[in-house]
Amino acid sequence: MRLIKQSIDRDGSGNITLFPEEPEDMWFAYNLIRPGDRLRASAIRRVTTESATGSTSSQRVHINLLIAVEKLDFDTQSAQLHVSGRIIEETKYTKVGQFHTLDLELNRNFNLEKKEGWDSVARNLVKEACDPVKSADVWAVIMQEGLAHLAVLTGHRTVLRQKVEMTVPKKRGMGRQGDHDKALEKFFQTTMDTLLRQIDLTETKPILLASPGFIAQGFLKHVLESAARTGNKALLAQRSNFVVAHSASGYLHSLNEVLQTPEVLARLKDTKYARETKLMSDFMESLFKDDGRAAYGPREVEQAVEKGAVGRGGGVILISDSLFRSQDVCVRRRWVNLVDKVRDTEGGEVRILSSTHESGKQLEGLGGVAAMLTFPLEYLDEKEEDEDLITNGDTNVITS
Amino acid sequence: MSRHKLVKALDLDEELDDFNGGAESDYDEVSAGDREQLRLGTIKVREMLGDESGITNQEIEDSLWHYYYDADKTVTYLLSQMSNSQPKKSKKKKTGDGKAKAIGPSPDDVVRKAQNTKKPAPKAVEQSAPPTIGDKSINGIVQGVSEITIEDTKVKGKNLDVLAEFKKSKPRNAANFVVIGHVDAGKSTLMGRLLYDLKVVDPKTLDRYRKESERLGKGSFALAWVLDQGTEERNRGITIDIAMNKFETEKTSFTILDAPGHRDFIPNMIAGASQADFAVLVIDAGTGNFESGLKGQTKEHALLVRSMGVQRVVIAINKLDTVQWSQDRFDEISQQIAAFLTSAGFLAKNLAFVPCVGLTGDNIVRKADDPKASWYTGPPLVSILESSEPVTRALEKPLRLTVDDVFRGGVQNPLSVSGRLEAGSIQIGDTILVMPAKEAGAIKGIEVDSEPSEWAVAGQNIILHLAGIDAKYLKSGDVICAPLAPIQCVTSFKAKVLAFEHITPMHCEIHKGRLHAPGRITQLIAQLDKASGAMIKGKKPRLIKPGSVARVLVEVDNPIPLEQGGRIILRAGGVTIGAGLVER
Ligand SMILES: Nc1nc2c(ncn2[C@@H]2O[C@H](COP(=O)(O)OP(=O)(O)OP(=O)(O)O)[C@@H](O)[C@H]2O)c(=O)[nH]1
Ligand SMILES: [Mg+2]
Repeated sequence: MRLIKQSIDRDGSGNITLFPEEPEDMWFAYNLIRPGDRLRASAIRRVTTESATGSTSSQRVHINLLIAVEKLDFDTQSAQLHVSGRIIEETKYTKVGQFHTLDLELNRNFNLEKKEGWDSVARNLVKEACDPVKSADVWAVIMQEGLAHLAVLTGHRTVLRQKVEMTVPKKRGMGRQGDHDKALEKFFQTTMDTLLRQIDLTETKPILLASPGFIAQGFLKHVLESAARTGNKALLAQRSNFVVAHSASGYLHSLNEVLQTPEVLARLKDTKYARETKLMSDFMESLFKDDGRAAYGPREVEQAVEKGAVGRGGGVILISDSLFRSQDVCVRRRWVNLVDKVRDTEGGEVRILSSTHESGKQLEGLGGVAAMLTFPLEYLDEKEEDEDLITNGDTNVITS
Repeated sequence: MSRHKLVKALDLDEELDDFNGGAESDYDEVSAGDREQLRLGTIKVREMLGDESGITNQEIEDSLWHYYYDADKTVTYLLSQMSNSQPKKSKKKKTGDGKAKAIGPSPDDVVRKAQNTKKPAPKAVEQSAPPTIGDKSINGIVQGVSEITIEDTKVKGKNLDVLAEFKKSKPRNAANFVVIGHVDAGKSTLMGRLLYDLKVVDPKTLDRYRKESERLGKGSFALAWVLDQGTEERNRGITIDIAMNKFETEKTSFTILDAPGHRDFIPNMIAGASQADFAVLVIDAGTGNFESGLKGQTKEHALLVRSMGVQRVVIAINKLDTVQWSQDRFDEISQQIAAFLTSAGFLAKNLAFVPCVGLTGDNIVRKADDPKASWYTGPPLVSILESSEPVTRALEKPLRLTVDDVFRGGVQNPLSVSGRLEAGSIQIGDTILVMPAKEAGAIKGIEVDSEPSEWAVAGQNIILHLAGIDAKYLKSGDVICAPLAPIQCVTSFKAKVLAFEHITPMHCEIHKGRLHAPGRITQLIAQLDKASGAMIKGKKPRLIKPGSVARVLVEVDNPIPLEQGGRIILRAGGVTIGAGLVER
């Protein structure tokens, strides 16, 4: 992303013009634009004309539209962002109040004005998005017999690209081993074909292959052998990009474990996802110690911040970026205020995790927010808990 | 107005086109530059699409205009439109040579589309399968099955009273046992020896195994090869998946389920254990080996079988040759294991210990002939197995069979499944329902312990040859049930769980026999009293500690067949984090 123009007042109001250059930037835009913002971007409208003779014809025209954002829709796979809302500025072809969906395009400027002002999270996001140092993409194939998940990890997202699922008959007695081996071979071939449809062989990106047992190894062997057999030089040249690692299963959430194996860390250290994975596993370790220095869930964390336990000297708040995507301005403000407090008042660390990485999903499971504390706290007296159960509409679950 | 329609369809958001339906204004037609772009673009798109696309120039131009003359996007879009509006058949059509990459809705599109429409999963039984490719139609298994028409479903049955037939047949005692223990404890070797000494395996076969395994430099695994039939298993000298073998003694016919010891293959071990009536726990008595095994899968396996309802364990303390048949060592190990197993909930009266050497056959079928072993006066392993009590069979309950394997049962039987009949009975001609696919099929053949049969009852290990159902509706872990009393499928359920490790709201895999599915523990509902199972009042737990019992809420992405009282195992990161009972 390129920052084209920025005019933000001291009170945080103002607008920014950005130039998205790569698909990843759409993800940033998705996190940046909120309902209520004003967005100006180029659009196509269909216009019907009537000629002098009374016959009508339809035309499409490119125009610049200004809308008040109501809804965002992000397509993970194609990284396309659709932003819809009411038009708030009249043009030659449009009237104020009409509904329109803007599809943000690569290599076309858009201008964003924030109703609620540019808070710290939004400003940091712009900074991060415009950072010219990009972390490299990584491919991951997480497999088990008959199941493979192909995902791509960009700096800020994990995107599941494909799932391959096939029945591989189990071993069954004498002479029937052939069926299993043939099916396994077929599974490898399908997985390989799928992978080749996804990756660009001219690029050099690490390709992680992970599985329990020997599947990943067997798959790599299959890939290299068939590349040699078919004389696929481009594929053979990828040989050094393949990294075989261990995973407990072929499900995507095993990626978490894969990103912590030494072979993989050696290749990926200092990437955002490796850092976030490490952070989450540190947190879980601390939680399992059960010494009161790990808080999770909105209420616990807010209490901990309130009591000054997430400050200088090791206090870290981990928060999922999805919390800032809330449609509700008040909800977003609640979290922005919390991280501002931790960073600016308390002197603690703030880590915003991508909700699409497995580490982020783990955090989501814990309520989207967690904290490592500088001193132990006792959690939840009984009174609060009852309230919690009632607000969850969950009172019946404890009566059995 | 056909153009209008197409344009409308182009928009991802229909509202976009609601604009000003009747507005009229004057403005120029497409500029000359635009027209040239359109012309060039159309040629390019035509090239990519091939001749048979049946797409008009007008349609191409409209799409090009929309996509700012991007030919790739245009092609992708047009193809997706095409495949949307045409019967599925056209998807399979090969779209020619080198251009296949750009042409033919690649499986990617299928996935992508599915994800676009992805919304929080409704908690309904009926749900489309996850976006996948390589669906079973690619698999060789299926070929030929698709030809079977509905008529074939009507397989003639004899309408037998199966339970009466079963009683008439004067059934022998039958039992399944799973062989468990840490990797390399000698499980497969021990079972190979047992089968060899009982003459189930003939000397010629074993000779061949000896020679072949020696050629691979794995001579010490010759006996294990009786069970380890997999190519990878033999090359590596490690069991990967359950092997099933049968043998008969005077009183009982046994089925061995030889489990893999390696931690990576615990899902397979769970599948085996779920079909077992009791367990044989094999322990390597070697110095240091017992100790490291205990920390490893000796313990995990024992806890797993206990959680799956196994009550009786025969403990084979193996490789005693490596410790000179030391009675002290045997006693030491027996005591530790007995203490551990009783703490895990096994009754002491259900445990039996035998010192043995699988490699040589000492105390397996015959008594040990090593003089150093004379201190042991008890029976050999086989005699201990024989003293197992007959199993009670859930004959009267509705039909349930968890599919262990889906395979091609032969030329006549392109689609077969195997598994242990958990409940009910079945006969040729019966209609069955496969869950979670909710597809019906017919039984056209049955094998019980590899012999053709007219019927089968709970407790038997069977193969069902199916008709009238496509292979794509079947996978291992599915449940075959009676159409009138089907098993329910759930995407969320409560379970009472004994924690093996720390549990928080987290991702995990849910295992039930062969069935495994990715899911999440989304809520720790309550901590339970370990003895009474009653809820501990007060705190809603934020962390479940190992050894404690809790009620949790589990969610899975796709519906899985699971009923109340079902025994499940929860695993994460390759570790068993807990085991439990489905509550509802
Ligand atoms: N000395 C001695 N070696 C044995 C004995 N039983 C098995 N072994 C050796 O132990 C090794 C492992 O044997 P397996 O039978 O494959 O062990 P396993 O428990 O089936 O292993 P997994 O299935 O991979 O967990 C082989 O090299 C055997 O020859 C025994 O009684 N004495
Ligand atoms: Mg083995």
